[in-house]
Amino acid sequence: MGINLKNATFDGWRRDNGRMGVRNHVLILPVDDISNAAAEGVARNIQGTLAIPHAYGRLQFGADLDLHFRTIIGTGCNPNVAAVVVIGIELGWASKVAEGIAKTGKPVEFFAIEQNGDIATIANASRAAYRMVKYATALKKTKAPLVDLWVSTKCGESDTTSGLASCPTVGDSFDKLWANGNTLVFGETTELTGGEHLVAERCKTPEIRAQFMAMFDRYQAVVEANKTSDLSESQPTKGNIEGGLTTIEEKALGNIQKIGKKCTVDGVLDKAEEPTHPGLWFMDSSSAAAEMVTLCAASGFAVHTFPTGQGNVIGNPILPVIKLTANPRTMRTMSEHVDVDVTGLLQKKMNLDEAGEALIDCIIRTADGQHTAAEILGHREYSLTRLYESA
Amino acid sequence: MTVHFCVHDEGDSAGVVVVEGITSGQTLNGWIMDQDRMIEFPAKSDIPIGHKVAIKAIAKGDTIIKYGVDIGKAVADIGAGEHLHVHNVKTKRW
Repeated sequence: MGINLKNATFDGWRRDNGRMGVRNHVLILPVDDISNAAAEGVARNIQGTLAIPHAYGRLQFGADLDLHFRTIIGTGCNPNVAAVVVIGIELGWASKVAEGIAKTGKPVEFFAIEQNGDIATIANASRAAYRMVKYATALKKTKAPLVDLWVSTKCGESDTTSGLASCPTVGDSFDKLWANGNTLVFGETTELTGGEHLVAERCKTPEIRAQFMAMFDRYQAVVEANKTSDLSESQPTKGNIEGGLTTIEEKALGNIQKIGKKCTVDGVLDKAEEPTHPGLWFMDSSSAAAEMVTLCAASGFAVHTFPTGQGNVIGNPILPVIKLTANPRTMRTMSEHVDVDVTGLLQKKMNLDEAGEALIDCIIRTADGQHTAAEILGHREYSLTRLYESA
Repeated sequence: MTVHFCVHDEGDSAGVVVVEGITSGQTLNGWIMDQDRMIEFPAKSDIPIGHKVAIKAIAKGDTIIKYGVDIGKAVADIGAGEHLHVHNVKTKRW
C-alpha cells in the first residue's frame, strides 16, 4: 500500500467543538419552505454565502418534526459550515434551530419574516451574513491527521459494474480507513434486501445485530404495507434495470460491497443522528441518493464517496460528493461527472488495492480543497426525508 | 486480451458483460474473479453492457446464484449463453 494512513494529513478548518471541516460555508438556512425566497434573497446580496432552500417545515409533528429539526440543525452543525443565518416565518422555531446550531460554538443569528416582511428581513439578515463572511474568510486552515476526517458512502444509479468494481473500491478504502480509526457510515435500509444476513454477520456485537435487524424489519414492513407490485422500476430503479440489474437481491449484494471485507458494523444510527465514537456506522435511511446524502451531511460527515454505474449526477450543498465508476460507457459519455475512474478493474489493468488507494488519494485531495465534479457542476441537492403526512 | 464478461464466483449462474456491442454468436472471454480464472463462452443473444449472460442452462423455477448468493428465480427456461434479465428472472422478495 502506497499511502501511510497513520501519517497522512489534510488541511481544513478546526471548529470550536473540535470537529474538522473541509469547506468553510456561510449558510443561509430556511426553517421552512416559505422562507426560501428570503434566504435566497440574502444569498444574492452577500457574496460567499449559500442558501439551501427545501420543501418542508410547516405543520409537521411527532417523529417527523423531530427528524426535520435534527436534519436542518445537523446541517448547520456540520463542520464544513463556518457560520449560519437562520430565517423562519416566525421566531419560535427559528430560535430553536439557531440554539441547536449554537451549541457547536459557531456564529449563528436568526430572523423571522412575520411583522417584518421579506424586504426588511432580507436587509437585516444580509447585514448578519456580511459579518459572517468577514469572520469565515479570516479563519485559517490547520493541518489535521486523516483520522479526524469523517467519511460517508452511498451509491446511486447502480448497475452490475457497481457490484463488480466501484462499490468494492469503496469497500477497500473503508477497510483501510476503518483500520486507521476513521468515523464512517453507510445506510440504504431497503437496499440491503437479500444481503441483510451478510450485514448482520458483520455487526460487532449481538446487541448491534439486533438493533440493525429491527431497523431492517421495520423498513420491510413499510414496503409490505404500501407496495402495489414487486417494486421493480422503483427498487431496483428503471435506471438500474437499464444497467443490467435484475432483482433487489442482486442490487443489494452489489451495494454491500461498500462495507469491504474487514470492517465491522460498530453501531447503528437513526436518520441524521451523529456518531458518538469512531468506526463504521449503519444509518437507517432512504436509498434515494439526495435524501441519504443530505442525512449524511446532517450527521456531521465531511466527505462523501459515491459509486455510480449508469451515472447519477448528485451533489450536496455542504458535503463534497466524490463519484467513481467502473462502467466504460459512463466514462465515455459523461466523464465530467466522475472523479475517480476505476474501469481498469474490469480489464485486470488495476487491482482492488490500487483502486482503493486511488479513492483515498482523491478523498485527501478533496479534503485539502480540490473541488469534486459535483461541486464544479453546481449540484447542491438538499432533500429532507419525510416520515408521513403533515398535520 | 479484452475481458468481455466477469463472473463473481465460479458457482454463479451468470456473468456480467463489461464491454459494449456483444452480439449473438460471438466467443466471449470471461474472467471468474474470485478464482482468478479465464473461460471462453459463446454468446447466444445480443447482450448490452452491464447485462448478464447465463453461463449454464437454467430451468424455469431454478434459483439464480450470483456472488454465491440467491438473487431470485427463473420464470422461464434460460439456455447457456442467453441474456438473463427481468424478462426471465424475478425477485423472491416483495
